[in-house]
Amino acid sequence: MKKYLTTSFSKSAYVFTGAVILMAIVRNPYHVGILVFLGMNIIITIGLSLLMGYAGQISLGQAAFFGIGAYTTGILTTKLGLPVAVSFPLSILLTISVAFVIGIPTLRLRGHYLAMATLGLGEIVHIVFNELIPLTGGPSGFGNIPLIRIFGIELDNDYKYFIFVWAIVAIVLFLSLNIINSRVGRALKAIHKEEQTASTLGVNTSRLKLSVFVLSSGFAALAGFLYAHYVTFLSPGTFSLGFSILLVTMVAVGGMENIWGALIGTTVLTLLPEYLRFFKDFDILIYGIILISIMILRPEGLYGIKIPGFLLPRSKKGDNE
Amino acid sequence: MKRVMAILTILIAFSAASCLEAKDKKQSYKIGGVFAITGPASFLGEPERNTMLMIVDMVNAQGGINGVPLEAFIEDSVGDETKAVNAVKKLINSDKVLAIIGTTRSGTTMAVIPIVEKAETPLISCAAAETIVNPVRKWVFKTPQLDRHAADRIYGTMRDRGISRVAVMSATTGFGSAGREQLQNLAQTYGMKIVADETYGPKDTDMTAQLTKIKGTNAQAVVNWSIVPAQAIVAKNMRQLGMTIPLYQSHGFGNIKYVEAAGSAAEGIIFPAGRLLAVDTVPDSNPQKKVLVEYKTLYESKFDDPVSTFGGHAWDATWILVEALKKAGADKEGIRKSIENTKGFVGTGGVFNFSKTDHCGLGPEAFEMLVVNNGKFVVLGQ
Repeated sequence: MKKYLTTSFSKSAYVFTGAVILMAIVRNPYHVGILVFLGMNIIITIGLSLLMGYAGQISLGQAAFFGIGAYTTGILTTKLGLPVAVSFPLSILLTISVAFVIGIPTLRLRGHYLAMATLGLGEIVHIVFNELIPLTGGPSGFGNIPLIRIFGIELDNDYKYFIFVWAIVAIVLFLSLNIINSRVGRALKAIHKEEQTASTLGVNTSRLKLSVFVLSSGFAALAGFLYAHYVTFLSPGTFSLGFSILLVTMVAVGGMENIWGALIGTTVLTLLPEYLRFFKDFDILIYGIILISIMILRPEGLYGIKIPGFLLPRSKKGDNE
Repeated sequence: MKRVMAILTILIAFSAASCLEAKDKKQSYKIGGVFAITGPASFLGEPERNTMLMIVDMVNAQGGINGVPLEAFIEDSVGDETKAVNAVKKLINSDKVLAIIGTTRSGTTMAVIPIVEKAETPLISCAAAETIVNPVRKWVFKTPQLDRHAADRIYGTMRDRGISRVAVMSATTGFGSAGREQLQNLAQTYGMKIVADETYGPKDTDMTAQLTKIKGTNAQAVVNWSIVPAQAIVAKNMRQLGMTIPLYQSHGFGNIKYVEAAGSAAEGIIFPAGRLLAVDTVPDSNPQKKVLVEYKTLYESKFDDPVSTFGGHAWDATWILVEALKKAGADKEGIRKSIENTKGFVGTGGVFNFSKTDHCGLGPEAFEMLVVNNGKFVVLGQ
């Protein structure tokens, strides 16, 4: 157990250090800004990967949870003038309560009922953002969301925000790796393989699935909180069904069987459109071709794909979980 | 460890690619454009992009600005805020543009405002919402007419025609809800009573439910505030329900394609618009006539596509920027000041008079009331 804690800690630390080194290399607010959005997406997809890969459930409502987190902190800080330290726990709390209420009835059922329920939730949340004009500003959205101040430092540029976001990515990764390698993680894998067998062995399947679903919604809310205080402007378009589907695609492209797959898939699908800007009008075409090729050539996801040996440093044998 | 390395390899490969961006030493004035070239608002963004590139070619064909060529960097926002934020950051930080034209939609403009303000880069928006320039922001300008002025003209025309009870319909988009707000605010000033206030989603394909409700009221006219495709659907649905009261639309109706989409149901629709759409029926004495004819001929001959008001917004924005570059050169603060001091600029949207307190520069007279007559836009007779 202690060994796991140290390895998952060091892996998370590697990711964080790697990201910071990368930031030091690119040193351009545009590229750093993209990596900030990447960090937020990774936080959501790690949660989604736990849900999809380990609990075997699909959620099409992650954009809604992302949105509830963002709007809650946005409204609390601008309309009510609450400090960020107060709006932060409240935005997470509200989101996970919503997930809890949705999850209780749907996760008792077997099959993909959660996908349907969260699909509905996504639409409802989108309508609420559009119609609750006094609070949300309706389709025009609202801005002037204050910046985050932490330890007396205002996170007022891309570099500071980058470090903040990626530190959180590392924490989320650390937590998730430990969950997977715990008793809970093994129980989840059992559910994914054979739900009936798992329950005969004493695993409370619906309760476990519910916990993972709530956790993934909490991660999405966390990303929403980060988004709101980074872009400082919110409108409903960002939190549409399209984004939920993109998130599921990221996890699927990366590989559902593993958390690292989510990281890879998210990285590729977040960075790809930006680097395809080079191709002007043909970017969407090329993006589509790449996506189709991945699905044809690598249906189980990018994770575990063989990278030519010379690109990787030599690693000792037995270094895999 | 291996997988961490794999991810790092991908990241570094991407960042290496980004370092390879061409480093051009040739001197030029770099200007950026961010438009919704694809996505749901592409019918706005595409003519805007075309127009901007057309003007850049025209300026360069005449030897550039004071001998320095113009160089345009165009980015597609897809009408999405996150993408627009990335695009603007790219233009400012990687391409090092002097000023940016766009974005196409109000939401994306609002999202990029904090960035251009912080980076002190002038932005001339092609989006409609009044909140873009109210309150006035130091680095942000816009060329489309104000929603408030459109509502002014609609109510004014209605009052002249003896209408006092109206039914309001609007789409739940930034454009729709801003218009609805203006219609509500101005109703009292013009002695209008809003007897129905219906909204619908931007992707809805049938408005019979809302119109049936309106039919049950004593409304004397319907005002619809949205962009395509709802505008054509409302007109068609009204015909199907046998409604005979007149239909007014917002300035979002400014593209002859919508008339084609609505077919005969479009006949008699009254709406405010810039004079570009009815250029043939604008009297020669109007100061805008020359510019309107010039833009229409150039655009339609080059792109074989009917001219739209939205491209006109980009025409005005680009020429205002070119004029500012002539005076200020490669100096962002100078460009900003020149834009702010632009007076009497004759554009497709009207005659612009910017000032420290007005970053839009147009009044209600920039709108002309048009009516659809035999499938064409005609200036509405009194």
